[in-house]
Amino acid sequence: MRTLRFLLQKEFRQIFRNTTILRMIIAVPIIQLLILPLAADFEIKNINVAVVDQDNSSFSKKLIEKISASNYFHITSWSSSFEKTYPLFENDKADLILEIPAHFERDLVRENHQQLFMAVNAINGTKALVGSSYLTGIIRDFNGDLRMQYVQQTANAQIVPIEISSVNWYNPLMNYRFFMVPGILVVLVTMVGSYMCALNIVKEKEVGTIEQINVTPIKKHQFILGKLIPFWLIGNFVFSVGLWVIARFVYGIIPLGSIGLLYAFLAVYLVALLGIGLLVSTYSSTQQQAMSLAFFLMMIFMLMSGLFTPVDSMPEWAKWIARANPVTYFIEVVRMVILKGSGFKDISKHFLVMAGFAVFFNSWAVINYRKRSG
Amino acid sequence: MMTKEVVIKTEKLTKRFGDFIATNEISFDVYSGEIFGFLGANGAGKTTAMSMLCGLLTPSSGNATVAGYDIYKQTEKIKKNIGYMSQKFSLYEDLTPRENIRFFGGIYGLSDKEIREKSGRLIEQLGLASEADKLVVSLPLGWKQKLAFSVAIIHEPKIVFLDEPTGGVDPVTRRQFWELIYDASDRGITIFVTTHYMDEAEYCNRISMMVDGVIKELDSPANLKEKYKAATMDEVFFELARGAVRKAD
Repeated sequence: MRTLRFLLQKEFRQIFRNTTILRMIIAVPIIQLLILPLAADFEIKNINVAVVDQDNSSFSKKLIEKISASNYFHITSWSSSFEKTYPLFENDKADLILEIPAHFERDLVRENHQQLFMAVNAINGTKALVGSSYLTGIIRDFNGDLRMQYVQQTANAQIVPIEISSVNWYNPLMNYRFFMVPGILVVLVTMVGSYMCALNIVKEKEVGTIEQINVTPIKKHQFILGKLIPFWLIGNFVFSVGLWVIARFVYGIIPLGSIGLLYAFLAVYLVALLGIGLLVSTYSSTQQQAMSLAFFLMMIFMLMSGLFTPVDSMPEWAKWIARANPVTYFIEVVRMVILKGSGFKDISKHFLVMAGFAVFFNSWAVINYRKRSG
Repeated sequence: MMTKEVVIKTEKLTKRFGDFIATNEISFDVYSGEIFGFLGANGAGKTTAMSMLCGLLTPSSGNATVAGYDIYKQTEKIKKNIGYMSQKFSLYEDLTPRENIRFFGGIYGLSDKEIREKSGRLIEQLGLASEADKLVVSLPLGWKQKLAFSVAIIHEPKIVFLDEPTGGVDPVTRRQFWELIYDASDRGITIFVTTHYMDEAEYCNRISMMVDGVIKELDSPANLKEKYKAATMDEVFFELARGAVRKAD
C-alpha cells in the first residue's frame, strides 16, 4: 500500500506539472462540448433548389412561394429551361431541380392529374434524401390545399382530410443537441481513458525510466494500479465537468434518471477503457506507435458506436462490430439515463457486458505486460 | 573493504536470442565490497549479463546467485538488495531532485523520517542545495548522473550495478563520480560497473574482459598489464578485443 502511495504521488505530480495534459483535461472537454453539438446538426437546412418553371401560371407561382416560405429551401434559380438549369447541378449550386411542366395549371384543373419532375443531387446522400422528402411533403400539402379549394368550390362532397399529429417522446422539441451532448460526453471520457493512459505508460518506456522501475521491488500490479487510478479519477472529473457544467448550464440538459447510476456505469466503463489503454501501451514501445494505434482504435470506436448513425440501421456485420465496441454501450446508457430516465433494470444487461469488457481487456493487457521480458 | 565473501556467483550463465548466443556459459565470482569492472567491446554481451543478474532477463541456462538469492526464483528478493543505474539517465526529469529521492526512497521501503534525513544529506553532499527544488531536466548531465547514482544506492543495497555510468561526462565530473563510488565501496557496497574508459578500469579491484559473449580474462589490472606486457589497460583491452568477431552495435 505504501508503495502505491508513492507511485500515485509521483504520477499526480507529473500530470499536474504537464501543461499539455492539464489543458487537455480542462479545455478540451469544454471546447468539444461547446463546438461539436452546435455544428453537428443533422437537421438539414439551406437546400438549394433550382426551379424550372415551364408553366408560369398562378398555380406554379403558388407552389414556388410555398417552397421558399419553408425554412429549408433556398431557391437559387428560376428559369424556364432545363438545359439552362442543369449546369447549376454540375457546379454544385443546386441540390435539387424541380421541373414544373407546361400546362401544369390547365391540366391539373381540367384532368385532375399532373406530374412534376424532381432531380436530386445525391452526392451527399443524407441531404438528398432529407431534401427530397421535405419537398415531397410540401408538394403533397400543396396538393391537399388545392383539392380542398376545388372540392369546396364544386361543393360536391365533404372530404375530411386525415390529419396525423405526432408527439416526440423523450426529446419533445427534437432538439438535436439533446441527442449529441451525451454522446460527446462519452467521446471525451473515452479519449482520456485510452489515449492519455497509454501515452503515459509508453513515455516511461521511451525515456527509459521503466527500466529503473523494473529493477526496484515495485510489483507488476502496483505499477499498473499506479497508472490506472490517476486516469480513472481524471475520467470521472472530465465527465463531471461535462455533465454538471456544460450540459446543464449551456444546454440545459438535466438527467432524468439517477446520477448515481450514471456514475456507477462510468466507473465500470473507465476500468474497461483503461484496460484498452494499457493494452495499447503493451504493444507499443514509442509514444508515436501508441498514438497511431490509439487513434486507429478511436476512429473505429467512434464511427461504430452509434454516436452519429444509429446502430440499428447498420448492416448486419457492422452491428457485430458495434456490439463488440464498449463505446456503443456507454452511449446507449448515457442517452437512456439522461433523456429517458432509465433505471438499473433497463441497463442491467449493459452493466454485465461492460464488466465483461473490463475483465477481458485488463486480463489481456496484464498477461501481455511483462515486467520480465524474454 | 574487499572480503572473500561471495556476493555474485555465476555458473555457465547463458542467454540465447534465437540462434544468437549473447552470453555463452560465463562463470565468475564477485566478492563483497569490491569494485568489479565488467569490460568488453560494444556487443560483447555485457548488458545482457547484467540484465540477467538484475532479474530483468531470464537466463536460457546456467545458474547464478546475487546477494545469496537465486536469479530464477528469487528475483523480488534480489531487487530489494541491489541498486541499478543504466547508461540511459533514469531519474524522472519532470520531478525535482528532492522528489526523485523521495519517490525512490519510498518504493525501497524507507520510512518518511529516513527519507527526510537521506535527502537532506544527499543534497548537501552533492552540492545541490540551490537546485533541489528545480526540475531535474534543467540540471547538467554530470550532476544528473551523480544524483542518479546516489538515488540508486539510497537503500544501502548489497550490490550496485552501474551500466556505463559516466558516458558523455567530462573528466572532472568523472573523477567526482568515482569518489562517490569509492565512498560507497568503503561503506561495504559491492560495485559492479561496466565502462569503456580504460582509466576507469584502473580504478577497479578486479576486471573481467568479455569478448564475443565469453569471459576472456579476469584478474586485477596490475596482473593483466603484467601478463600482456602492456603499460596501460588500453593496450590490454586492444590486445583482447582485437580478436572479436562480432561487430559493434
